[in-house]
Amino acid sequence: MNKWNRDQMAARVAQNIPEGAYVNLGIGLPTLVANHLPKDREVFLHSENGILGMGPAPAPGDEDYDLINAGKQPVTLLPGGAFFHHADSFGMMRGGHLDICVLGAFQVSITGDLANWHTGAADAIPAVGGAMDLAIGAKKTYVMMEHLTKGGESKIVSACTYPLTAIACVSRVYSDLAVIDITPNGLLVVDIVDGLSFGELQKVSGVPLNQ
Amino acid sequence: MINKIAASVARALADIKDGSTVMIGGFGGAGQPTELIDGLIAQGASNLTVVNNNAGNGETGLAALLKAGQVRKIICSFPRQADSHIFDGLYRTGKLELELVPQGNLAERIRAAGAGIGAFFSPTGYGTELATGRESREINGRMYVLEMPIHADVALIKAEAGDRWGNLVYRKAARNFGPIMASAARLTVASVYDIADLGALDPEAIVTPGIFVQRIVQVPRSATGPSGFKREAT
Repeated sequence: MNKWNRDQMAARVAQNIPEGAYVNLGIGLPTLVANHLPKDREVFLHSENGILGMGPAPAPGDEDYDLINAGKQPVTLLPGGAFFHHADSFGMMRGGHLDICVLGAFQVSITGDLANWHTGAADAIPAVGGAMDLAIGAKKTYVMMEHLTKGGESKIVSACTYPLTAIACVSRVYSDLAVIDITPNGLLVVDIVDGLSFGELQKVSGVPLNQ
Repeated sequence: MINKIAASVARALADIKDGSTVMIGGFGGAGQPTELIDGLIAQGASNLTVVNNNAGNGETGLAALLKAGQVRKIICSFPRQADSHIFDGLYRTGKLELELVPQGNLAERIRAAGAGIGAFFSPTGYGTELATGRESREINGRMYVLEMPIHADVALIKAEAGDRWGNLVYRKAARNFGPIMASAARLTVASVYDIADLGALDPEAIVTPGIFVQRIVQVPRSATGPSGFKREAT
């Protein structure tokens, strides 16, 4: 069994983003999804700092630090793109105008609760940014994460132990082992990495799965 | 003749008082009014409450204001960054109070202040520790948390160009918090690179009408720097 690598995970997410979708890709792993959207498919990328129609990174030397993404990396604007202020930008999320957002996670619960902003460690300085707004705002919230922690524990859990970002907001998890829908009837495995059986996935996940 | 153009940064900031709530525009380095922050450090007002998305980067701008010991409390969404060591040190030693607010609630609380809204219910943060102890309500089957507006005594923002009536246009994603902060403060000071003749700014394209701006001050043009953020490993 070969786990999906980061690019394979991103490609798997990109497959499910249709033409015309308004999409926000979170900082870190989700930003890779943009690299895997087919060139002939028009998708509107939203950045929380006031950009719709965000394009790829500029060529070296062409960086403009008035044109950055949520991770403060330089980006470009596609023809047809637009700028707007922060209240409008978060209104696009909260108002349900975005079709899809893709976020990283520490943990996702079997009912779709998300924990992705704070480990809760006593000495950690908390920083939330736009995570809570994104999680509840988009029509569909997808999570991209490794299936297991470094210690081998499932990151899909019966109840999150890390501080919550939002309740019942995640509709699908793309891990390095499987794609799992969170439905009113429980977790539904819709794809699984080659060479891994459903039974083996069930065993490492530690929460009830359906197929 | 109305003329909101201040002769210097020092003149524009001269009457900021100790204990003021000061909104500072910018998202990281983009839109951060560095010259106005430097002016506030020189002016020396202390015991300030600062409202910004972040809590300073490196040693310049907002980080320098924190280092100067002029800030008592910061209201922001994302203080911790690779180069936020000035904030980190002050926070860990209890010298700086932090009010952490989800970014969209921060923006809407600022907008609400400018729009005269008494309070509003937001779905963001419901059921999380950032909503602990606050009123919540079910509206049409969804849960919301009561959010209060954030008013400011002063807003310091950066725009691209302005005219003597205080009308402003911005550049790219440096707009971010500028328009809403301008509306939420009693005294808004905007730095601009260009002073436009009255009537030269396209009225269809003015983003912040002058009613929200009390003073503008021209600063020498400089490119926004990378603000010291590390690139994400990919």
